[in-house]
Amino acid sequence: MLLRFEGLLNKIFGNDLNPFYYLGALGFYFFWIMVISGAYTYAFYETGKEVSYASVEYLTHEQWYFGGIMRSLHRYAADALVLVMLLHLLREFILGRYRGARWFAWVTGVLLIWLIITSGINGYWMVWDTLAQYSAVATLEWFDWLPIFDEPMSRNFVSNDALNDRFFSLISFAHATFPLFVLFFLWIHILHISYPVVNPKRALALGMLLALLVLALAVPALSQGQADLGIEPRNIGIDWFYLFIYPLLDIGSAGQVWALVVVLSLVIGALPWLPTRFKQIPVAEVSLKDCSGCTRCVADCPYEAVVMRPRSDGMHFLEEAVVVPDRCVSCGICVGACPSSTPFRSDAGYVSGIEMPSLPMSGLRTEMMNGVAKLEGDVRVMVFGCDNAADIGKLRGKGVAVLSLPCTAMLPPSFIEYVLHEHHVDGVFITGCRENDCYHRMGGLWTEQRLAATREPRLRSRAERERIRQFWASSADFEALSLELESFRSSLAESGDASKRVVDRE
Amino acid sequence: MAKPSQYIGQGLFYALFMGVIGYFSTFPAYTHLPPDETLIKLSFSHAGQHKGACRERTPEELAKLPPLQRKVTTVCPRERVDVVVELEMDGKQLYHEVLRPAGLAHSSNSSIYRRIQVKAGTHTLKARLKDRDGDDFNYMREETVNLAPGRIMVIDFKAATGGFIFKNKNAI
Repeated sequence: MLLRFEGLLNKIFGNDLNPFYYLGALGFYFFWIMVISGAYTYAFYETGKEVSYASVEYLTHEQWYFGGIMRSLHRYAADALVLVMLLHLLREFILGRYRGARWFAWVTGVLLIWLIITSGINGYWMVWDTLAQYSAVATLEWFDWLPIFDEPMSRNFVSNDALNDRFFSLISFAHATFPLFVLFFLWIHILHISYPVVNPKRALALGMLLALLVLALAVPALSQGQADLGIEPRNIGIDWFYLFIYPLLDIGSAGQVWALVVVLSLVIGALPWLPTRFKQIPVAEVSLKDCSGCTRCVADCPYEAVVMRPRSDGMHFLEEAVVVPDRCVSCGICVGACPSSTPFRSDAGYVSGIEMPSLPMSGLRTEMMNGVAKLEGDVRVMVFGCDNAADIGKLRGKGVAVLSLPCTAMLPPSFIEYVLHEHHVDGVFITGCRENDCYHRMGGLWTEQRLAATREPRLRSRAERERIRQFWASSADFEALSLELESFRSSLAESGDASKRVVDRE
Repeated sequence: MAKPSQYIGQGLFYALFMGVIGYFSTFPAYTHLPPDETLIKLSFSHAGQHKGACRERTPEELAKLPPLQRKVTTVCPRERVDVVVELEMDGKQLYHEVLRPAGLAHSSNSSIYRRIQVKAGTHTLKARLKDRDGDDFNYMREETVNLAPGRIMVIDFKAATGGFIFKNKNAI
C-alpha cells in the first residue's frame, strides 16, 4: 500500500521530488525554518509572568505582517517536523530499513523523537497562555510521580503568587539549548551514513515553505488567553503533534503514562533486535592480496562500513581497505565497485579484493553463465536485479535468465560487458529499487553513474548501449517491469541484429 | 515539463499537508475539565514534630564531646513523625494521606500536592492535620465555601500562622 501511494506521488512529483523520498531531509529543513523563525521571535520575547504573554501578543498582533508570520511559521514548521519524523519512522519500519547495522540510526532516531517533543512542549510554555498553563502544570504533576524531588514541583504552580519569574528565564534558556541537543543528535543520527541527504530538492523545499507561509497567513498561530493559575483551563485547543500525552494523563494515572512511554520507547527502540524473518548474509570481507587500495569501495559504501588503513601486508600499496563489520549491511555495493571483481579473469584465483563470503564473484559468474547456457530463442536477455525490489525470479523464461543480487550496485559493469561479449546474450536488462529510493540508499544512483561512465568502475564504451536497458521497479511495479522487459526484447528483435547474433552463436 | 494534472496533484498534496498541519495544530479541542466541575488543590510542606522527646545531655556525655560541641546541651531524635492530613467535603471524606518525612533519616518536611476534582457549588470543607504522636488531630479548619466552576481553590498549611489556609479568592 505504501509503495502504491509512493508510486502515485512519483507520478505527481516525479521520483526526483517525491516528498516521501525526502522525509528525513524535510525534517532537517523544517528544523532550520524553526531556527530562523525562532531566532526572530526570540529577539522580541520577554521573560516574566507579567510580560511573556504580552510580548508574544505584541509580536502576533502589532507586528502581524512579519513577527506574526514568523511565529506561525515557527509553530507550523515544528508541527511539520513531527509529521515528517513520524512518517519517516513508519516508512523505514514498513520497508524494513532499520535492521542490522541500521540499528544505530533507528535508536538515535527514537531518542530524537522525545528530544524534539520535549523541546516543542518547552516552546509552548513560553507563550504563557492557558494552553501553556495546562501543559506546564500537567507536566510537573506527571514528573512529580517520579521519586526525584522531596517537595512536589507542582507546588510552584498552585497560584499566580507562587510562580516565580525565574521560571521564564529557565524555559527561555532551555528553549535555546534544546535545539542544540537536537542538532547534535541529528548529527549523531546520520553519523554512520555516507552522503546523507540533509537538504530536500530546491523545488520541494520551496513548495513546502510556500505551503507553510500560506498556512501562516490563512490560519495564524494565536495564543489562547493569558494564563491564570487561579483558573483551571477547561476547553483547550491542543497541538496534537506535541501535546498528545496530556489527555492520557486524564485517562490513566501518572505511573501508567510513564509505563506507557517507557515501554513504547523500549519496544520501538528494540525493534532492530526483535525476531524477524530477515536474515542478513555475512558481511563483506577484504582479500588483501587482491586489494590494491584504490579506495573505490570506500567511496561507494553507503554506510561508511569500509575504511582505509595503512598497508599491513608489506605490499607496495600505501593503504588497504578494512571492513567495519558493525556498520556493514551486506549490500555488496563495495564488491561492485572493486576493479578486481571483473569477470574477465581466469578461473584460477578469481577472487575480488572485497567479497561477500556467501556470494563470491566467481560463484556469481558461474551462476550467470549457467543461466545464460539454458537460454533458448532468438532474443536472449540477461536480467540483473535486486533482492529488495521487484522479484525478477518471476521473469525467468526460455529467453530470459536472471541474477538477483543484494543490491543492483553489487554488479560490476564489467559483468554486463562480459555477458554481452561474444554474443552470450542479445541484451542486458537492469532493474532494482525505484529511482531515488534504493533500499541500500545509493545503489541505483551508483549503477546509473557507472553505466553512464561518470563513476568508477565505468562501463566501457565497447559495451553497446542500445543492448542495455535500465528500468527501476519496486515490488509494486512488477507488471510495468514485465511490460518494459517485453518492450526491450521486442526492440532487440526489431533491430535485426538479434538474428545475426543467432547465426554468430551457431 | 510537468503536465497540468501533475500541478493539480501537487496542489492537492500541499493542500492535504496544510490541512493536516493546520487542523491538528489546534483541533479537535480537548475538554480537560467538565463545565460543572472545579478543582481543590491541597498543597503544603510541613515538618512534623520529632519522634520522641528531646533530652538534656548528662555531664558525662558532655565531657566525652570535643569542647566546641559541648555548647549544645539538648539532643533530639532526628527522625520526625509522619504528618497525617484529611479533607472532608460535606461530611464525606475526600482525602486521607499519611505523609512520610523526606530524607534518608526521615528528618525533613512532609510535602503534598494533590488535585481533587469536585462538583462546583457551595460546600462545607473540613481539613484536619496531625503532626505529632498520638491519635488526635492538632490542626483543624472547617469552612463553607462557594466553588465556582473551573476556579481553583488552594488549601495550604502554615503552622506559624495557625494552620490551614483556604485560598478561594475566585469564589462565586
